Amino acid sequence: MTEKKKERINIHEYLAEMEDIPGTRVFTAQRARKGYHLNQFAMSLMKAENRERFLADEKAYLDEWEISDEAKKAVMDRDYNAMIDCGGNIYYLAKLFSTDKKSFQFAAGSMTGMSQEDYAKMMLAGGRSPEGQRSIKGKY
Amino acid sequence: MARVTTGITSSHIPALGAAIETGKAGDDYWGPVFEGYKAIKDWIAKPENMPDVVVLVYNDHASAFDQNIIPTFAIGCAEKFTPADEGWGPRPVPDVIGHPDLAWHIAQSLILDDFDMCIMNDMDVDHGCTIPLTMMFGDPAEWPCKVIPLPVNVVTYPPPSGARCFALGDSIKAAIESFPEDLNVHVWGTGGMSHQLQGPRAGLINKEFDLDFIDKLINDPELLAQKPHIEYLREAGSEGIELVMWLIMRGALGDKVRDLYNFYHIPASNTALGALILQPEETAGEPLEPRKVLSGGSFAEA
Repeated sequence: MTEKKKERINIHEYLAEMEDIPGTRVFTAQRARKGYHLNQFAMSLMKAENRERFLADEKAYLDEWEISDEAKKAVMDRDYNAMIDCGGNIYYLAKLFSTDKKSFQFAAGSMTGMSQEDYAKMMLAGGRSPEGQRSIKGKY
Repeated sequence: MARVTTGITSSHIPALGAAIETGKAGDDYWGPVFEGYKAIKDWIAKPENMPDVVVLVYNDHASAFDQNIIPTFAIGCAEKFTPADEGWGPRPVPDVIGHPDLAWHIAQSLILDDFDMCIMNDMDVDHGCTIPLTMMFGDPAEWPCKVIPLPVNVVTYPPPSGARCFALGDSIKAAIESFPEDLNVHVWGTGGMSHQLQGPRAGLINKEFDLDFIDKLINDPELLAQKPHIEYLREAGSEGIELVMWLIMRGALGDKVRDLYNFYHIPASNTALGALILQPEETAGEPLEPRKVLSGGSFAEA
């Protein structure tokens, strides 16, 4: 018989730590379940004909999906933080900002509360420091 | 017999492709990035360095896989792979040509070696796979080598552990070395380095973490492989977790490696970028000159 594993990761501690990072929502199973339809909607924008249909009438297109009103509003407002709160994942939502012909830097910057110009400047200067941004509980 | 001669790491961000396509590769912002990569491009173009096959480790960014199917480790066994339409039309690059004989050999070997791979016979490849090819080979009518795409889930949690990735690399090496054809095989690890693309903490870069990661990847990968996910998340940003894929590359190179080239740049769009050439010590070639290049961000002032 092969040797059994001696040490295992405690899944509850693992998942609790994921929630301890400032300004970050890790794409855990809980979020993936909540955002399933929103993310699948975003995936549908990989087809040119769907992009056209969506841009022509966003509300009508969104109504074809089992998405909450809150998530629909977040999409129509292009509020990426709110979409992530609804279980959206940035790589799925990338299909939405690509449909808008916007870049990853634009979308990321839009979530920070900074102007696009200030965000770009911060990146050029070496990015956001992790100092004080690592742990909510530990404050370091 | 087939041999793993080289490990390469590379960024795979879409902005690199966009910079080329919009003619910005030589401007003040992108110039240093493409200058840093030029050394690798020139090196790999030499016939003795050109791979026959690249096992290209990357993550699919919700292109081939959606929320319906989420394989932790997959391997592309098809004859060819078409560039995916990620919302702005497919990248204007050649189809990626596979090596089904070697890919199936690796897939079978890995499963017998306790890695339960997902086998893909019909798969589009996104920027994670095609940007590194563009950075290494430029803009040819056809890619100069065969490619076996090996997508890893680092999007939906939990991704595989660093230790599991490192062990997978070791099994890939053994699989390649038992393939009877004489092939020069590279294993590339892509993505990274520190970056966060979401939420108020977006834009995080951690130079100290990245440089330490590169050092340990070269010199002490077993220790590095023990790093838990939470450390990547806290120190290198939520998307910095892509770095576990570099451990697959490193695991495929054996115990000791020589770094032929070591390029680190801040920023490329939202990310810190690292591009390395590593070779197993016993068969390593000569380092490039310069061997180490650090550019951008706070290096600009130094």
